[in-house]
Amino acid sequence: MNWYGIGAIYKFEMARTWRTLMQSIVWPVLSTSLYFIVFGAAIGARMGNIEGVSYGAFIIPGLIMLALLSESISNASFGIFFPKFSGTIYEILSAPVSVFEIVAGYVGAAATKSIVLGLLILVTARFFVDYEITHPVWMVVFLVLTALTFSLFGFIIGVWADDFQKLQIIPLMVITPLTFLGGAFYSISMLPAVWQKITLFNPVVYLISGFRWAFYGVADVNIGLSVGMTLLFLILCLLATWWIFRTGYRIKT
Amino acid sequence: MEPIISIQDLGKTYAGGFTALKKVNLEIQRGEIFALLGPNGAGKTTLISIVCGIVNASQGNVTVSGYDIQRDYRRARREIGLVPQEISTDAFESVWSAVKFSRGLFGKAPNPSYLEKILRQLSLWEKKGNKIITLSGGMKRRLMIAKALSHEPHVLFLDEPTAGVDVELRQDMWAMVRGLRDSGVTIILTTHYIEEAEEMADRIGVINRGELVVVEEKNALMQRMGEKELSLTLPEPLQKIPDALADLPLRLNSDGSELIYRFDIKSEDTGIAEFLRCLNAANIDFRDLHTRESSLEEIFVNLVHGEHQKHEGQLSGEMQE
Repeated sequence: MNWYGIGAIYKFEMARTWRTLMQSIVWPVLSTSLYFIVFGAAIGARMGNIEGVSYGAFIIPGLIMLALLSESISNASFGIFFPKFSGTIYEILSAPVSVFEIVAGYVGAAATKSIVLGLLILVTARFFVDYEITHPVWMVVFLVLTALTFSLFGFIIGVWADDFQKLQIIPLMVITPLTFLGGAFYSISMLPAVWQKITLFNPVVYLISGFRWAFYGVADVNIGLSVGMTLLFLILCLLATWWIFRTGYRIKT
Repeated sequence: MEPIISIQDLGKTYAGGFTALKKVNLEIQRGEIFALLGPNGAGKTTLISIVCGIVNASQGNVTVSGYDIQRDYRRARREIGLVPQEISTDAFESVWSAVKFSRGLFGKAPNPSYLEKILRQLSLWEKKGNKIITLSGGMKRRLMIAKALSHEPHVLFLDEPTAGVDVELRQDMWAMVRGLRDSGVTIILTTHYIEEAEEMADRIGVINRGELVVVEEKNALMQRMGEKELSLTLPEPLQKIPDALADLPLRLNSDGSELIYRFDIKSEDTGIAEFLRCLNAANIDFRDLHTRESSLEEIFVNLVHGEHQKHEGQLSGEMQE
């Protein structure tokens, strides 16, 4: 195992985060805090509880998930896309690092950033709304699993993208709508019956539901199903990454 | 002595159908400077890229220090440092973090004193804290070399190392490359500047249309394929070559002031004595004389041009059939 190689990629990517602190950390925390202020502290006070949880507290898991998904994808996708764009990928490809080590470096760093961001948002939320964490271990498990899975997904997008527009298209056009419609701001039990069924095709529902269960012990879908769906998506992303390096898709000619 | 790089039947056909390499066989000896010459699109960069692991080969085998580049890619790649043709760096990184990154990537434990030595050799030590974006073009190119050397490789690939570099810096680079060779590093360089190969290489390989046309020691190649010319400066220009000299391999320069006799260096009888006798008999005097050997550039052009004509001939033959 080339531990120094993994460490080099990981440190390089983390250094990029600190260089772009405003964009990587400060802005996502600030923008999520605006949701807490508007929907939690301002409007939330006039809204009823959902499944026994105040509205301001109810939206915390969904908002953390929203930030976690979009930041995991954008961090990891940019991390591998930029070396392709600038040509510095030659060094990665010519180095004695395996596929696993390359992915561990890029995805590990992207997931770390997202987890730090998620925790920062959690701490920030405390300034605006009260909340509790019923299952803290599960909360961390969901946080880590989701960050890893979507960082891996972002890595795949970064390999697939051949211009900056493609880099943005999945997070903006797919992930954000799915998160908004996946129960970030409401319980899916509040939807008409037919929409409840349709919503179950949205994979983000399982992530938000599981994460919310870790906070308040209430869930839209069975917790086992949430864990299972997250793991399934992780496995699919791992398989896609393995295929990319086996075939050299958009990396090697 | 076992070659440091052994390439056997290496072929590459890209997805679009373009064949960049056709069954190339080549051995690079430990400690030599090998220059790979060829026109644009000849397959130089593809060859280097396959050995370094950037491009997948369609067929054939490559070993580096005895390690197969596929089966034993970790050990093979640790042996190699690559300076690509394009200057590709992370603009916002510092010089120091860039070389530290490269060393780590290649699986080497941190060694600040070694990295300092490399940066000092390349006159980059004073710039170690500077962001790469602030460096000049020449400094960036030197940084690429520093990155390639950061993991102490035994083989260094330099793909067009002095492209776009001014004359003074080019001389510095040549001196640095010689210094690396003296320290035991095997150098393989591709270049458009034939004088660079002529100046530095121990052996020359000429690649054209994906095939190695020739691989030979530089001096032997220049002697084997080179020709020599004896030029006589005439007191009075001639309009044409006198009839008495018509059978000799002679030509006049553009204004008729020089009579040029071409002869084969390797031939036992160069014919110079006979030429001078004929000159005397024809009563042609001369003020000065000098000789000139053909350069590697002329040999290269002849080789590539010859291959081109052969290829055209094959094509027209096939079309007629």
